[in-house]
Amino acid sequence: MSSVKDWALPNPVSENRSGLIGKTVDRYEGRLKVTGTAPYAYEVEPPSAPAYGQAVSATIARGRIVSIDTSAAEASPGVKLVWTSRNVPAQAARGERANPRSQRGSNPTMASDAVEFYGQTLAFVAADTLENARAAAALVAVTYETQPATVDFMASLDQAEMPPGEEDTEIGDFGAGFAASPVKLDETYFSPIANHTQMEPCATTAWWDGDKVTVHTSIQMVKGGQHALAETLAIASDKVHLITRYIGGGFGGKGQSYDDLTLAALAARELNQPVKVAYTRQQMFQATIHRPAVQMRVRLGAEPDGRLNAFSIEAITHCARNVPFTEHAANFSRSLYAAPNRLTGHRLVRMDLPGAGPMRAPGEATGMLSLECAMDELAEKLGIDPVELRIRNEPTVDPETGKPFSVRQLVSCMREGAQRFGWERRNPTPGQVREGRWLVGMGMAAGIRGNFLLPAKAGIRITADGTVTLLQGMTDIGTGTYTILAQITAETLGVPLDQVRVELGDSDMPPAPGSGGQFGAATAGSAAFETGMVMRRTLADLAINDPNSPLFGADPTLVTFANGNIALENQSESLASLVARAQPDGVYVEGSISPAADARDWSQHTYGAQFAEVAVDVVTGEVRLRRMFGVFAAGRILNAKTAKSQITGGMIWGIGTALTETNPVDPRYGSFLNQDMAGYLVPSHADIVNVDSIFLDETDDKANPLGIKGVGELGICGTGAAIANAIYNACGVRLRDYPMTPDKVLEGLIAKGL
Amino acid sequence: MHTNLTVNGQAVALDHDTRTTLLDALRESLDLKGTKKGCDHGQCGACTVLVNGVRINACLSLVAMHQDDDVVTIEGLASGDVLHPMQQAFLTQDALQCGYCTPGQICSAVAMLREAAEGQPSQATEDLTARISLTDAEIRERMSGNICRCSAYPQILAAIRSVAGDAA
Repeated sequence: MSSVKDWALPNPVSENRSGLIGKTVDRYEGRLKVTGTAPYAYEVEPPSAPAYGQAVSATIARGRIVSIDTSAAEASPGVKLVWTSRNVPAQAARGERANPRSQRGSNPTMASDAVEFYGQTLAFVAADTLENARAAAALVAVTYETQPATVDFMASLDQAEMPPGEEDTEIGDFGAGFAASPVKLDETYFSPIANHTQMEPCATTAWWDGDKVTVHTSIQMVKGGQHALAETLAIASDKVHLITRYIGGGFGGKGQSYDDLTLAALAARELNQPVKVAYTRQQMFQATIHRPAVQMRVRLGAEPDGRLNAFSIEAITHCARNVPFTEHAANFSRSLYAAPNRLTGHRLVRMDLPGAGPMRAPGEATGMLSLECAMDELAEKLGIDPVELRIRNEPTVDPETGKPFSVRQLVSCMREGAQRFGWERRNPTPGQVREGRWLVGMGMAAGIRGNFLLPAKAGIRITADGTVTLLQGMTDIGTGTYTILAQITAETLGVPLDQVRVELGDSDMPPAPGSGGQFGAATAGSAAFETGMVMRRTLADLAINDPNSPLFGADPTLVTFANGNIALENQSESLASLVARAQPDGVYVEGSISPAADARDWSQHTYGAQFAEVAVDVVTGEVRLRRMFGVFAAGRILNAKTAKSQITGGMIWGIGTALTETNPVDPRYGSFLNQDMAGYLVPSHADIVNVDSIFLDETDDKANPLGIKGVGELGICGTGAAIANAIYNACGVRLRDYPMTPDKVLEGLIAKGL
Repeated sequence: MHTNLTVNGQAVALDHDTRTTLLDALRESLDLKGTKKGCDHGQCGACTVLVNGVRINACLSLVAMHQDDDVVTIEGLASGDVLHPMQQAFLTQDALQCGYCTPGQICSAVAMLREAAEGQPSQATEDLTARISLTDAEIRERMSGNICRCSAYPQILAAIRSVAGDAA
């Protein structure tokens, strides 16, 4: 096992001789996307004309199917099959793993007569056309026996229990420390249910060739999807060929497979014909995972100079009754601010709702909405500037583990942001800046998000024409993975960028964990780099052992790679010429990355500071964002263009969190009130004004051999709180209930007599 | 039933289900899969195409309504290998991430510039009698029917601005 010490040594990426690392390279697959020729899962051309599948969803939260009348659907034109729990082909029981090495267990559809959530698949129709499938699906008539359901989170808080296998973390004596603190804050914050709302609905195109199924599906994790389908169908995983080349957004919601995958595969087998299944937009809201609501009690005990003496976040959240998941809204805080007495923990309510699950920065995205508001409130109580208060609580080592930080530029982010944003122009007294009917204010928040490296492999092939192809069972969900892998591969092998091809999203390729947890670039990129290093050694051996090579007999440690050539002093030849002569069938190598044995000796995070200016309409309570600026520190940046798109996109997610996004549950049916994009309000063009960001220079040599960290989730961390704080600064209304919609703001304005 | 129309300059004769939307006809019958289905309810804009030069949500329109119409999709914008200036601008400005809303954004932007040039006002237009100045606020307002969940909005604005030139 490697040590982080190895990662600190100079390497082709850190030396960056071609300058490809960090460069603003255009998106690798961009041309395909702007011409509409990148095929997403539903658009892949199957080997013969497909049948179309349509799932029928439950309309109660909990109960039992008494009967399903499928006769009208079966008699409907073009219908090829109608399935319910009574006649769906056999699948392995939920969670079963015939192969202990499978990353996911069986995920059967229509497994019983039990209804566990509104939106659950109860029937499935396949027909010759989409129109016929949809019409027939509408004819399926379900009779239920409804049972009492727990769907109201706020009414169920008394059922909250310790999540399985977890415990609270307490350092020092929080109770005593809090009681003894001269300045105290004790407030409760609420973050609502949110939906990923990826633009591309989940979809699968499937066909069989003998006993092997090929599935093109929209999923973030190649192996997870392959294993889940194999376990569900009770077949060996090598009988499932899963391909996911282009993915229309994931954000955590496509980290798992859904019934579209299972049903397309089952129906294609049954019909001996390719089958396409896509979720409707309504099914995306009801039948995939969501970010659960979280109620957070924050207690801060401080000295008059602002130093925290006691600190606590207690979060209550929810998950589906039989699908454990905890939104760890307190975890981030364990590494954020110094305080000798600390208490953090989570409680979980089991509910009869669709599965709760990870959504962009799970834990941080919700948790920071509470603490970063509370810090603003504490700053006001103390009469200390919010930036200064945070700086006074900057720890020198991780405040819970005592481990050193790998790199921590949080204070630099805040100082740089404050200076560039013009923070000194903020009036600390709320409600003082008025422009007509608008009250204007500024707010800020810190951001933190963990950094991770997972095991991954990659393959590189060089053909006789010199083309370098990186192959990896990795995904690009819009993050820029194709592009940064091309840059890393080209820089590692010293070849021009246009000589490199990248092929991803195929279960036959060397596995990588996929996209999630902002570990994608570091994990897949490090594997690509290590594979490039294997390729360098392989090519060097090839050259020095080849009497026809100008490098014959050379010392392999002195061989260099640049400009598409392998070289030793003034002797060189192109990789194409070497491969064409010495191994005309091409050279293929694989490599891998694993976390260093000592990587956990450091506390590793990405950091940011978010600054927002908003205007509040005193008549309507409407909040308009005026500008937002973020400063981030996330290791070496691989591609200034795609990284900025990622981080700014995350910030805009935070704007939606602060102002518009929520999905209340209808207590009568257990359904979400918003089941489409007219009701669930993600930010649109008109909402987004002057959002900008920069990255600080950084290399984290404890993170991985590239010194990089994730940027996909950091942008949303703290954003919503910065806006909430700006609203308070603008109009003096302190809201602790996200999102801060006009009704809530207006109620506050009226209460203040404004 | 039967409908004749022109798609990306090609005459097309379609025998189709009366229920078939223009979007599904493009994607499932004509193999023009660049036009995306995001919501099927006219709420996201991913299916935006140009019909007789005007942008519409193809999901809200039955193909039967388009006898003799001239439809242009994302596949019809480039000239051979040469990208349409709006496509090139999206690529250069990184005005896309997952790419699923991108064809709709581009088609919408192309039509939007023409609407503004023709003097069609928007919610953001302050003077209805003057020539329209394509301010950032105008562009944002006019593009708000096209959702980008990856939130490439600042880059999309920059891309459109680079094609439109400065506000008059």
